[in-house]
Amino acid sequence: MKPNLGADHALPPGVAVRGPTAWHRLDPLTKLTLSVATVVAVVTLGGVSLPALLGMLAVLLPAATAGVLPRVLHISLLLALPLAVSVAVVNILFTPTGSDVVAELGPLRLTSEGVRLAAEVVVRVLVMAGAVTLYYLTTRPDELVASLQAHGAPARLTFVIHGAVAMIPRLAERAAAVTEAQRARGLDSEGSLLQRVRGVSAVAAPTVSGAIAEVEQRTLALEVRGFSRPGRHTLLWAPQDSPAQRIVRWCIIAFVALLVVVRLTGWASPW
Amino acid sequence: MRERRCTAAVVLSLRGGSYRYPGAALDSLQDVSLELPEGSITGLLGAAESGLSTLCLVLGGLAPRVIGGELRGTLSIDGQDVREWPMHRLSESVVLSVGQPAGQLSMVAATVYEEVAFGPANLGLPRGEVMARTEQALDRLAITGLAGRDPRRLSGGQQQLVVLAGLLAMRPRHLILDGPVSHLDAGTTERVLGTLLDMAAAGAGVLVAERRTTPLLGISSNVVVMAAGRVRAVGSAEAVLADPALLALGIEEPPVLRTRRLLAEAGLGLDHEDLR
Repeated sequence: MKPNLGADHALPPGVAVRGPTAWHRLDPLTKLTLSVATVVAVVTLGGVSLPALLGMLAVLLPAATAGVLPRVLHISLLLALPLAVSVAVVNILFTPTGSDVVAELGPLRLTSEGVRLAAEVVVRVLVMAGAVTLYYLTTRPDELVASLQAHGAPARLTFVIHGAVAMIPRLAERAAAVTEAQRARGLDSEGSLLQRVRGVSAVAAPTVSGAIAEVEQRTLALEVRGFSRPGRHTLLWAPQDSPAQRIVRWCIIAFVALLVVVRLTGWASPW
Repeated sequence: MRERRCTAAVVLSLRGGSYRYPGAALDSLQDVSLELPEGSITGLLGAAESGLSTLCLVLGGLAPRVIGGELRGTLSIDGQDVREWPMHRLSESVVLSVGQPAGQLSMVAATVYEEVAFGPANLGLPRGEVMARTEQALDRLAITGLAGRDPRRLSGGQQQLVVLAGLLAMRPRHLILDGPVSHLDAGTTERVLGTLLDMAAAGAGVLVAERRTTPLLGISSNVVVMAAGRVRAVGSAEAVLADPALLALGIEEPPVLRTRRLLAEAGLGLDHEDLR
């Protein structure tokens, strides 16, 4: 049910600022649905060409439309490439079922099956990282919260989701601040491997304990402001949803569900 | 120390309050009785570990409802026992500020405006009412210019003002404030204290807990002194704050009153207004 937002009372400038492009201004649920569906679909699809095509259509094209393509590529490569490369190496060199040997290096055998498997893994990981990165770069956490509440989700649930979505950048900020504080106390977090390991433990413990203490204090502050009151909480604004977007979301969900069923039941051979 | 009881109408009342934190061996509050009259500001004074913050948590309803522990005694509003009230019902009457300002932000609001509106929005008020309360609270504390800013990127003092505005927007009958001016400069402190005086004049009961005496002088009609979890003195601000026995409890005498006392001892009888 569309919330009654009383359009005659406008919010001041700077509040509820809409995104710069049409993609940014989509309802967060639409972007989230596409992101999750892309991740599920790329895991379900076999081969290299179909996941790559999915990546182009569901990640690169929207990213270009939203003007964030360079950042999506940069961040998703940064996140995914180390994992993708390490998995690829393992698959290339240690595929037990490979028979078409392309090269040998002592006991290690490079097979074409291993290369193909590695390529599949690399493409999947990159597409998944790209889908998640695209969502993060074009959707603010508060937009997601407003959208969920506008669609009737309980306030507590939206808060938990917001906390999960915003947790990583917040922890990163806290870790950076703790690192600076520890360095001011003489911590040497660069240099040998042992020094770096010591540096990590000197930062990790205060970061985590500080985050836990912050959660406790914030819980008190939220309770004081009536957060646990049951029933609908007033919305000041909500992202622009539309019947067309709702149809698109359901179509995406149906398509991915069909994909999964087909793959699990083996109606079609792996692509 | 002299004791003097307030005779105005009682709104928020704690009788024989003793509180123990979960897992603690000893009570952090021992047999504390406190009345927060309507239309006035009560100062709560104490050194570190005196039980100030604990008392604020009890009066604000968070202890034991949210943080657990055991409370003995009676907490009432207008004679109604509120110990069994759920927190969200209590928050319509009593609001509390305790801890660092950054830790009191909701973290779901992208702007100061939405942060201040968070409380009234939780109450399910009509959108226009939420906005009116928000704008009034921002205006009262002269932070309308911060409305579009990210609250997480503000200074500690600005965040404290945002937190206070968020509580004012709830339009509570009772405000329990632990260290409300601790992060503020002198000018902003004056503004906040002036706002609290306005709220008291409009009928709210305000409790201001401080470890320093100066903020309480001039705004509090009564002062309660705490030490080791017990009430050690209750009386008018002038009488309590001028008592040299406060020093033994780790509480500094207000500079203004100290100067007046020293001048009086030296035979120069200047009064309080002269020293202002």
